[in-house]
Amino acid sequence: MKRRETLKTLLIGGIAGATIPMQGCKTDAAEHVEEVLTSGSLYGRTPSEKNHDERVNGEEFLNESEIATIATLCDIILPATPSAGSATDAGVPEFIDFIVKDLPAHQLPIRGGLMWLNGESTLRYNKAFVDCSDAEQKSIIDDIAYPDPENKKPEMSQGRAFFRRMRNLTLTGYYTTKMGIDDLGYVGNRPNLWDGVPQDVLDKHGLSYPEEWMPKFVNHDNRDIQAEWDEQGNLIS
Amino acid sequence: MQIINSDKQYDAIVVGSGAGGGMSAHIMANSGMKIAVVEAGPFFDPKDPETMTQMKWPWESPRRGASTNRAFGDFDMSYGDWEVEGEPYTKEPGTEFLWWRSRMLGGRTNHWGRISLRFGPTDFKHKDVDGLGENWPIGYEDIKPYYDRLDKLVGVFGTNEGLPNDPDGFFLPPPKPRLHELYYMKGAKKSGIPVYPSRLSILTKRINKERGICFYCGQCNRSCNAYADFSSSSVFIIPAQKNGQIDLYTNCMVKNITTNDEGAATGVSFINKDDMREYKLKSRAVVLGASACSSARILMNSKSAQHPNGIGNSSDHVGRYLHDSTGAGLSAFVPALMDRKTYNEDGVGGLHVYSPWWGDNSKLDFPRGYHIEMWGGLGMPAYGFGFDVEGMNKYIGGMVGGYGDKLRKDVKRFFGAVIGMAGRGESIARYDNRCTIDPNTVDKFGIPVLKFDYKWSDYERLQAKHMVDTFEEITHNMGGTVIGEKPGKEKDYGLLAPGQIIHEVGTTRMGNDKRTSVTNKWQQLHDAKNVYIVDAGPFTSQADKNCTWTIMALSMRATEHLVEQFKKKEL
Repeated sequence: MKRRETLKTLLIGGIAGATIPMQGCKTDAAEHVEEVLTSGSLYGRTPSEKNHDERVNGEEFLNESEIATIATLCDIILPATPSAGSATDAGVPEFIDFIVKDLPAHQLPIRGGLMWLNGESTLRYNKAFVDCSDAEQKSIIDDIAYPDPENKKPEMSQGRAFFRRMRNLTLTGYYTTKMGIDDLGYVGNRPNLWDGVPQDVLDKHGLSYPEEWMPKFVNHDNRDIQAEWDEQGNLIS
Repeated sequence: MQIINSDKQYDAIVVGSGAGGGMSAHIMANSGMKIAVVEAGPFFDPKDPETMTQMKWPWESPRRGASTNRAFGDFDMSYGDWEVEGEPYTKEPGTEFLWWRSRMLGGRTNHWGRISLRFGPTDFKHKDVDGLGENWPIGYEDIKPYYDRLDKLVGVFGTNEGLPNDPDGFFLPPPKPRLHELYYMKGAKKSGIPVYPSRLSILTKRINKERGICFYCGQCNRSCNAYADFSSSSVFIIPAQKNGQIDLYTNCMVKNITTNDEGAATGVSFINKDDMREYKLKSRAVVLGASACSSARILMNSKSAQHPNGIGNSSDHVGRYLHDSTGAGLSAFVPALMDRKTYNEDGVGGLHVYSPWWGDNSKLDFPRGYHIEMWGGLGMPAYGFGFDVEGMNKYIGGMVGGYGDKLRKDVKRFFGAVIGMAGRGESIARYDNRCTIDPNTVDKFGIPVLKFDYKWSDYERLQAKHMVDTFEEITHNMGGTVIGEKPGKEKDYGLLAPGQIIHEVGTTRMGNDKRTSVTNKWQQLHDAKNVYIVDAGPFTSQADKNCTWTIMALSMRATEHLVEQFKKKEL
């Protein structure tokens, strides 16, 4: 089978003929996905993991005002662009709301950090951070979003630690969504026939495959032909 | 509590369904013997959509794959890791050991790296070279026919290179290296380090009608629903069960081997996790494939008048000579890999090339070698993606920190610009490194647990030093910078704790002298001939290779010996 046909078979047959939820007609598939989403079993959990998720989902840690501040921060960290949505468009605050319950080590630094941020905005502008103007917010963020190797503003160091955590969680929360993955340009996680680095990329990097290796590499055209060897271990099919 | 005796009589009971147990069950089932397989974890089939994680997207996990519940993240296919709920283990103060257990059909083979390296002639007789450790009672020529059959039966890709201690085999064709691997090849070549296509148990070509062929999702650690990689569940146990060749007891935790007045094994006793009651099964032979440490534990917990120190333990050698592979690594930032064009380079699950040991120990300050594995590329994001990405700017004189469009640009600029290198090496098996039964602690099934007593020596520390020095050199050869600090002496040069590489072997080592070994060269207990051990326990020494391929070849060899003995009515 030629590469093109093989790929087609892989895609149509789902993953090499396996039972996967997306099979069947479109409506069925959509219904199925919805059903599995609501049943919470979509990502293959064990019974004890299901219990863990239910417990975590039933808990509350961050309050509404904390989540609102987080949403403001997330969109400062990753605002929308002409081609991609913002952090809140990608549901990052909801992710952070979950992850601080799932990984409790985040709880105190996030809650305390938000308090620190509101303390700072109150000191400067006598307002909560979310009530500050864009310019006011930016002036605080600019003091905590960069390292301070010359120790010019040591009083900002705790704020910097908090912002670093928020930036990390925002990036992770964003780039693990479909929106983020599209923005990043990751195009894997689908059936494929890997046949080496594209030639233009090889050329750009001034690299090539070793000549003597070329005959040894997999040839997808005969991947479906039963493997046979001679007595010396040479593949002959 | 009443113990429930089953009236079923088996020819053999296999304890554990991983690499060793799965192979053993496969061989005996096909010989027509009446077999029970007892597995401590639940049934698992990589095809089952209910439990499948393969091809899931990060957003399908609310924690985006973070390691809250599974040490290697939500999508890794191992039920259990270095901690298993209700099944503790203890350590001698001042010592370290981390014990991985996968409680599921197929065990650790559902998530393993599929790196399938034959041991070479030197690996079986290394004491002859450097005077350390002990020689195996067998040599490469004894195991070679089994490796040959294993290659064809289970499938492994690679290339025949005619190397003296990394033997050729019957390989499927390997995939082409990815961009980061080409960079590694260039960097390694500059230092005179050889690189070859890797050898992984993944089907790049059809080997039979039952199993599919790799579709390059790079997710072997999630276990393949097309059965295109080797998992003992999909390749051995499930087919045997479907053919009605075995009785499968899942969620059954073996407590001990039962014996008769002559000291021979009569079967096993286990706790059924579903009703928490104890059951007994009878058999002519018992095959332990529970993993090196679990099998040692079962032996030591099998005490009787005939075996006061535990069955097979008259030498007091059960649990001794426990050794894991050494491991250390570095990550390199390679500026030439910035601003990459993106394309699907998932490839197979694992490395496409590797470096087998190339050094000459007579000119080095440590014994034995290591092989190099590497990682990198345009991988699928998961929890942790993007952490401190703007900090990479410090390596190129760019602006560290920031937010907004600048940050978004940083994420894309640095995507795929990191190459990691890791060494996996051979440690020296030592009498004092061991596991024993903790006199004070039981697990939730009331079974006495293991206590570990394990320390590295300077042999392993200096080997780790060589690893990180080498990786630093390769990093510079690639025009890169080491990320973070290269670990120094105060950190044992980054040497990971014993157990972290999950290649633990040696607890029931084979030998010709029953005073200094637990099993003979057929992996039979010296003290009870109808008990065979088919996991990594009988390894006299680990090599600078991963142990799975050798576990399976040896399990095939030992089990065929068992079948022969059984047919001759010697068991």
